[in-house]
Amino acid sequence: MTSLNRFPFDTSVTELLVALRDGRVTSQDLVQAALAQIERYDRRVGAFLAVRGEKAMDQAREVDRRRARGEKLGPLAGLPVAVKDNLCMEGEPTTCASRMLARFVPPYDATVVARLKAADAIIIGKTNLDEFAMGGSTETSAFQKTRNPWDLERIPGGSSGGAAACVAARMVPLSVGSDTGGSIRQPAALCGVTGLKPTYGRVSRFGLVAFASSLDQIGPLAQSAEDCALLLEVLAGHDPRDATSINRSVPPYREVISHRPESIKIGYVPEMLSDGVSPDVVRTMEEALNVFRSLGAEIREVRLPHARYAVATYYIIACSEASSNLARYDGVHYGYRTDEKAMLAELAEERRRLQQEGNLAALDDLDTALVRLYRKTRAEGFGAEVKRRIMLGTYALSAGYYDAYYLKALKVRRLIRQDYDRAFETVDMILGPVTPAPAFRIGEKINDPLAMYLFDLFTVSGNLAGIPALAFPAGLSTEGLPIGVQLQGPPLSEERLLQMGHLFQQVTDWHRRRPPLIEDSPQPA
Amino acid sequence: MTLTRQEIEKVAFLARLILTPEELDEMTGQLGRVLEYMALLNEVDTEGVEPLAHAVEFANVFREDHVEKSLDREVALANAPHRDDECYLVPAVLGDV
Repeated sequence: MTSLNRFPFDTSVTELLVALRDGRVTSQDLVQAALAQIERYDRRVGAFLAVRGEKAMDQAREVDRRRARGEKLGPLAGLPVAVKDNLCMEGEPTTCASRMLARFVPPYDATVVARLKAADAIIIGKTNLDEFAMGGSTETSAFQKTRNPWDLERIPGGSSGGAAACVAARMVPLSVGSDTGGSIRQPAALCGVTGLKPTYGRVSRFGLVAFASSLDQIGPLAQSAEDCALLLEVLAGHDPRDATSINRSVPPYREVISHRPESIKIGYVPEMLSDGVSPDVVRTMEEALNVFRSLGAEIREVRLPHARYAVATYYIIACSEASSNLARYDGVHYGYRTDEKAMLAELAEERRRLQQEGNLAALDDLDTALVRLYRKTRAEGFGAEVKRRIMLGTYALSAGYYDAYYLKALKVRRLIRQDYDRAFETVDMILGPVTPAPAFRIGEKINDPLAMYLFDLFTVSGNLAGIPALAFPAGLSTEGLPIGVQLQGPPLSEERLLQMGHLFQQVTDWHRRRPPLIEDSPQPA
Repeated sequence: MTLTRQEIEKVAFLARLILTPEELDEMTGQLGRVLEYMALLNEVDTEGVEPLAHAVEFANVFREDHVEKSLDREVALANAPHRDDECYLVPAVLGDV
């Protein structure tokens, strides 16, 4: 691999593809490099729940063989790609980082996984996440913590924490995540990588384990907007198996990435640079606005008056949908099931005790065996955060509270969407922060759910409105932690967002900075 | 918005969960604080605003009503925690154990 540098995945994916085509590097080289990097750093970072070492090597060998024979290959032929572990892959455990699905082996591929395979990408492994993608720090994973490669004492963000960390640590050039309330953009920002949440419906959700179906969207993470464009092109497109997928042709994102949009107007919301936002984030935002100004963009103030209600609105809607979606984990069809014998014995004992006490009311209320099976299974299979959200959602949907919470939130959701519609009448896109502060320390917010939720205040409104948003690195904090910004645009404006992100990355090098972890390590000669 | 332990217990039953006494205490406090925060929405005037359930407001999506190949039974049952050759098995639904 003499033509590639020390970290092969510092090279853009476009260049890697050219090197593969010209025979300067083989897919086996790249997969080996990925596995070596994982071997070297993942014990400390914890990005992967499963690595397909042998299988990935076999596939790389096969791609190299087909290339040598001159066969026509897919657009990502031979490139290692990481996939978040809430995306089904036939025959490979798909755990959602939950005890509930610890032994679940999907009988089919998610549409995005099928598309990656059809593009001849090599899926190198499955990445860690918050349990069922519920969290913003990857700390709620039932299996392991993922650490931020920029500071191992800090969270990588979440829920796609593994997906972002493995790109930041140069283990893979491309990674697929999902974003329900910021789960691609937030970890991308905190780990110093680029991530795109596409328009709702742009990418098929078939085979994505559902969290909040009206908000979930799959998207790419990589080191640059250009690399994200390449991956999005493979992921996006209509799918008859997802009734919410948009039936519109997919632009050649990669090909048009260098087109410079004419007379771009970028808006920003001054209120987002005030109270509660760290000075490092404010400074980064101001510098990013200046970069875009120097690139010829017209910068304007815009208003999103309902933005301050986004977190409350989001958590009511997301938890309500989650409580319904997660009703399927009942210990019957697949996934974890409580020890049935022990459960039945316990229930019989309870009944005997109540009979002895003559407590007829309680006897009457006693669970049937089937209901107790559901309840014990779910009590043992789900972690604390998942239970919290199921409880919140069940409460918000329950009789007497539905109007006050769920219906009210749906109405505010429309107002949030209308704010964006109005803003996009005067500007082409909106630049804003991704998080109010850089990555926090592991454990810092884990016992304070509300503080954790409030960290999402800049990302959740994009999901509520269904609009696309590109997060990319734009600075470092005084402590040397990455800070990201995001460009949000109207529905189906991915092309323009990627173009502006690319333009930004042509004149800045924040996206090329490497975390100290991999800088300091001694390298083999 | 204050929540009682009793209310939390009722919601846990509706959600088909069992909470330990410690979880019940913790959840009562935490959910109470989150709901208190959510009361923020009360200050928004939503008179005459239509609810928005989906960001992209779709018309119904139809397809031809014809039979397609689905998963083989064996494949569909492969992940079942308890099964026989044809069916998922569950504890008795009716009557006492």
